[in-house]
Amino acid sequence: MAKDHNEWERPLRELEENLQKLRELAKKEQDSDKRSSLSDRIQDFEARRDRYIDVMYSNLGPWEKVLVARAQKRPYTLDYIQALFNDFVELEGDRRFGADHAIVGGPATYDGRPVMVVGHQKGRNIQDRQYRNFGMAKPEGYRKAIRLFEMAERFRLPVITFVDTPAADPGVESESRGISEAIAASMLKMFELTVPTVSVIIGEGGSGGAIGIATSNRVLMLEHSVYSVIPPEGCAAILWRMPERGADAAKALKLTAQSALEYGLIDEIITEPKGGAHRDLVEVSQAVKASVDRHLEALLTLSPTAVKTDRYDKFRAMGNVLG
Amino acid sequence: MPLRPTISFRVGVSYDVLSNRASTSGGAFLQCSNCKKIIFSVDFEQNLHVCPYCGHHHRLSARHRLAITVDADTFVEHDADLRSGDPLIFPDYPEKLSAAETKTGVHDAIVTGLAEIESLPVSIAVSDFSFMGGSMGSVNGEKITRTLERAAEKGIPAVIFCASGGARMQEGLLSLMQMAKTTAAVERCRDAGVPYISIFTDPTMAGVLASYASVADVILAEPKSLIGFAGARVSKQAGVSKVPDDFQTAEFVHSHGMLDRIVHRKEMRSTLATLVRILGSGARQKGSS
Repeated sequence: MAKDHNEWERPLRELEENLQKLRELAKKEQDSDKRSSLSDRIQDFEARRDRYIDVMYSNLGPWEKVLVARAQKRPYTLDYIQALFNDFVELEGDRRFGADHAIVGGPATYDGRPVMVVGHQKGRNIQDRQYRNFGMAKPEGYRKAIRLFEMAERFRLPVITFVDTPAADPGVESESRGISEAIAASMLKMFELTVPTVSVIIGEGGSGGAIGIATSNRVLMLEHSVYSVIPPEGCAAILWRMPERGADAAKALKLTAQSALEYGLIDEIITEPKGGAHRDLVEVSQAVKASVDRHLEALLTLSPTAVKTDRYDKFRAMGNVLG
Repeated sequence: MPLRPTISFRVGVSYDVLSNRASTSGGAFLQCSNCKKIIFSVDFEQNLHVCPYCGHHHRLSARHRLAITVDADTFVEHDADLRSGDPLIFPDYPEKLSAAETKTGVHDAIVTGLAEIESLPVSIAVSDFSFMGGSMGSVNGEKITRTLERAAEKGIPAVIFCASGGARMQEGLLSLMQMAKTTAAVERCRDAGVPYISIFTDPTMAGVLASYASVADVILAEPKSLIGFAGARVSKQAGVSKVPDDFQTAEFVHSHGMLDRIVHRKEMRSTLATLVRILGSGARQKGSS
């Protein structure tokens, strides 16, 4: 069982590295015969890489999805904002305690339309990851989100949120400043909105930390993202007192986009480029855009009251109750 | 508090060790699981299952809580027949459910309905920790939602006693969505102008704390209750190590401004009555006009 995406993708990465070396060789090669034999080998390698990707990604199990969803190369919120939004002005204050960098947000234009965009943000290198607190927001992050949601309501801006967090920050500081209240209040604020809201789970939908900014009219999930009531390792720690059995817990929790759709808890799965979102930011951004556009268009035809009712009814229907 | 089996008193008198089910059947004496002192069962009953020596508030069953909170013979239970399915086909879930049913005699971790407190009608829900740790799955979420919706429809206050380890893992994402659903229902109460009072009892954790429990108009708590976002095993997994001594107690949460009052069990009913009378007056006038 691979522990992270890097380890899981190693054979593929080695193949890609070799392919890159061959390409460089071919570029330098003067002799046309040798060049053509190199190009044959390149084609052969490319075919093998494509087969690898096909085999690895066509049938991802729940744990592999967790690894892909957590991949360091996976596009994060700011990547989508850069790709799909213009004029983004990040607003960083929660007006209460401090700036939280695990949730980013602010007004922007989307297809020329003014909107409010909010999302979790992870970091790629060590400093960045610490700066973003590994995408785990503290109360300040959710209180900033609440401010932005309120502003969206006041200025009639549709809201788009990107969800990608392992969990909300569980530390002493967060408890001291009311992380639970902040998450609950953020959900409540979203339910009050009469402007349309669309959420996209782009990576990890980690329990309370995720749902805090995901109670939208429409909830979409990228094909290889996950959404769970508890991190699989945490579930394994509670159930079996063995955090290392994360893969078993991932299976039991049914945390894939495919399961979420099957249980009627999300509205649509957004297909990722072959080999995962991290292989083609342009393609995945366009797929996200196409899906968000469609749902936003439909919601924009509703009256403000109908938007709020639609959201209530959607979540009201969720659950599996007998009798 | 950990349970201990019935043991024999040194001089030969048999007594029960206090259990969270607060059953005193049989023995005339009990031992407090917190201070280990021996208590007369009669005193313990009269003291609403609070230890007369150390003041420890022992956990109550939902039925018992109702009995000491609402006016006699006013409680009408609603939605008693709702049961959990096993939507995920989660390992051992049906077994855990039926074991909990056998143990507690109820179908899920919460009892809900209509009642009166000092002759004022309320929509009330009481969690029962002894049923799978009071965890919130679909049934719990549905019953809380209906409790809040009933309050909004009838224009009466909602009172919810929380006692839960959090969202029920065994129903996966469906449980997470109950956080959203119940929180949305709080919005209904706000729209209707009816007060919602939530009481944190031991323990009030995670998915329940981070949803309907924390967005009440008034939040009360019983002394020393465990209240927090991340359970010990989950936060350890997340690398949290050093915590203050009173971490995640009602007193800690209170001192950080996250709840309004810590109320002794003896004063809970009268405190609720006063709040219901004053905060519910607007909705009552609207209803009668």
